[in-house]
Amino acid sequence: MTDEVAIRAEGLGKKYLIGHEIDRYSTLRDVMARAAKNAWRKTADMVRGREIIAGDTVEEYWALRNANFEVKRGEVLGIIGHNGAGKSTLLKILSRITEPTEGRVTINGRVASLLEVGTGFHGELTGRENVFLNGAILGMTHAEIKRKFDEIVAFSEVERFLDTPVKRYSSGMYLRLAFAVAAHLEPEILIIDEVLAVGDLQFQRKCLGKMRSVASEGRTVLFVSHTMALVANLCERALLLEQGRIVHSGPTTEIITVFLQTASGRSGHAKLAGNSQCAGSEYVSLLEARIISGGNLVSDTKMDEDVTLQFTFEIRGASGEYSSMIHLYDKEGTLVLSSTTYARPYEPGSYGHEYTLPANFLNDGMYTFSIMLLKDLMHVEAAAERCISFVVHETGIGREQYGGKMKGCVRPHLLTREFLTTGEGLAPESFHRGAAHQ
Amino acid sequence: MQIILEAGRAERNYWRDLWRYRELFAILAWRDVALRYKQTVIGGTWAVVRPFLTMVVFTVLFGRLAQLPSDGAAPYAIMVFAGMLPWFLFSTILSEASNSLVANTNLIGKVYFPRIIIPSATAVVALVDLSVNLAMLAVLMIWYDFVPTWRLLLLPVFVVLALFASLGPSLFVTALNVKYRDFRYIIPFIVQFGLYVSPVGFSSAIVPQKWRLWYSLNPMVGVIDGFRWCLLGENSVLDARYFLSSIFIIVLLLTVGVGYFRRTERTFADLI
Repeated sequence: MTDEVAIRAEGLGKKYLIGHEIDRYSTLRDVMARAAKNAWRKTADMVRGREIIAGDTVEEYWALRNANFEVKRGEVLGIIGHNGAGKSTLLKILSRITEPTEGRVTINGRVASLLEVGTGFHGELTGRENVFLNGAILGMTHAEIKRKFDEIVAFSEVERFLDTPVKRYSSGMYLRLAFAVAAHLEPEILIIDEVLAVGDLQFQRKCLGKMRSVASEGRTVLFVSHTMALVANLCERALLLEQGRIVHSGPTTEIITVFLQTASGRSGHAKLAGNSQCAGSEYVSLLEARIISGGNLVSDTKMDEDVTLQFTFEIRGASGEYSSMIHLYDKEGTLVLSSTTYARPYEPGSYGHEYTLPANFLNDGMYTFSIMLLKDLMHVEAAAERCISFVVHETGIGREQYGGKMKGCVRPHLLTREFLTTGEGLAPESFHRGAAHQ
Repeated sequence: MQIILEAGRAERNYWRDLWRYRELFAILAWRDVALRYKQTVIGGTWAVVRPFLTMVVFTVLFGRLAQLPSDGAAPYAIMVFAGMLPWFLFSTILSEASNSLVANTNLIGKVYFPRIIIPSATAVVALVDLSVNLAMLAVLMIWYDFVPTWRLLLLPVFVVLALFASLGPSLFVTALNVKYRDFRYIIPFIVQFGLYVSPVGFSSAIVPQKWRLWYSLNPMVGVIDGFRWCLLGENSVLDARYFLSSIFIIVLLLTVGVGYFRRTERTFADLI
């Protein structure tokens, strides 16, 4: 085992037992029979020293299975995956909080884990006392904390309130103090789990700066996050987890692309005909819809690529001029935009319409389409309300300085430019005067 | 420094880890003590009021009304108080430790450290209470013009014995409590029951010979008798046979307690 490898995992796996309850609505006889069976199972488990699981049946759930990977000393490794992929379980095993069910992992170096900010903080104690408490919990020695105390307080900007009980702090102050302590950890291996997901703009910028300096100091860092932008900016290499297994590992940009392409439970395709939520008439009905990006049928798209909505519909005769209209909603339900096609008469038959949203226009997050067919620009003949969704993901471009949430329904790439001012100000008079000078 | 993590691997570095985490132990103990007395008025006086009132009630009840004999010529109040010192140590540790892990769920689920630190920190809280009680005993002795003998110097030995007697069952119960939360209800009952079965309100001398052996199976009997022997001087007699059998029980319980705790420790984060 060379000194170059900080962490080596071989065949790591973690199994949990989960309970299920069978259908509740049954006869009294069923209920009693079930209760007796459960009581028997629980007693047997207790006698055998096993965990007692609530429920009627017990299932084995492998949160992590057959994980093999190596982290070199000084490497910054990103770990990404959808919810439930096993990321937090992996971190817990590496942090020695829980034991693996199978496999082994060899760790060279002192490990500090940041699975949550403010671990051990107690409201009744003052800020000063909590710094020492939290620092000790994270693994710093008393001498170390004392040495860095001034730095920590300066970073947190709560100097004035240091001797007040923490329960009086605002949530922002609490976070800043908690992160300040964590930011001054100096372990050989640092494991971070999405702790930067909270806080205001200024705080996030500080965190990002500190994270980057920690990463550049030559420490080994394992970083789990859902924010692709951060992972892309900080990590050279990444692991992709899917349902407890490592499905891919390699350069971060490659992993992010693969991540966006793997199924997240959405298919990028929606059947509209026969769907009770889609209204139609005897003359007109919507058939199917799908989302296309980068030449593929997708449900997750990258911010720097076009997104195309295609849908098909059927017209079974009748007069009038038809057009389609779409509404786009963001994840908060705000109507972002609407758009229509040109109205014209249609012969009976099947037709398809396509709308393309430009790249670098939408914000990250989930968007939903509503599709409507209009007759004579006034009557809604068929409608599929919020029938198909897709999620826009960032790629890290333009996010080197700030990793927090960018608000807004859209995030178009605006043309920005700096210009020289002559000191005359921007008042309307000066504008005309300037023009006259030319 | 290399660590290998594997299913079922005995943690060979455990005791060395414990030494490395000694500062965390100190700070968690400090936290428990500080929190007890923060923003309270009663917090500080509770350590005084509870033993004082218990002593008064027992003295009146057992000493005056029931006319039970004290140890030798020692005043009944002092005999009762000398027995209460280790008893309150034991009951504090048992009650606080048994729930300590569940109360510190946030730490156990997020940070690694040898888990035995948490229930052990409650021992420090109990020791602080003990020192307050010792001060009260000194006042009591002055009040009664009672002078202790050289045996007083052996008090630290008996304090350590009391700690072992408390930690053994406490660690066992603490580990059990993580899996089976019933103990939240059982512990108060045990403490209540034990208060009357142990020689707190009365002297061991009144227990008849034929019951003596069963009676001595209670680890606190040896500890309390030891404390009395130490504090009351010539007035108290310590029967070596029964004392040794108590020590044997204490060591046994300590081994079982620590052993069971260590064995189940690795599943705490999953169960808590």
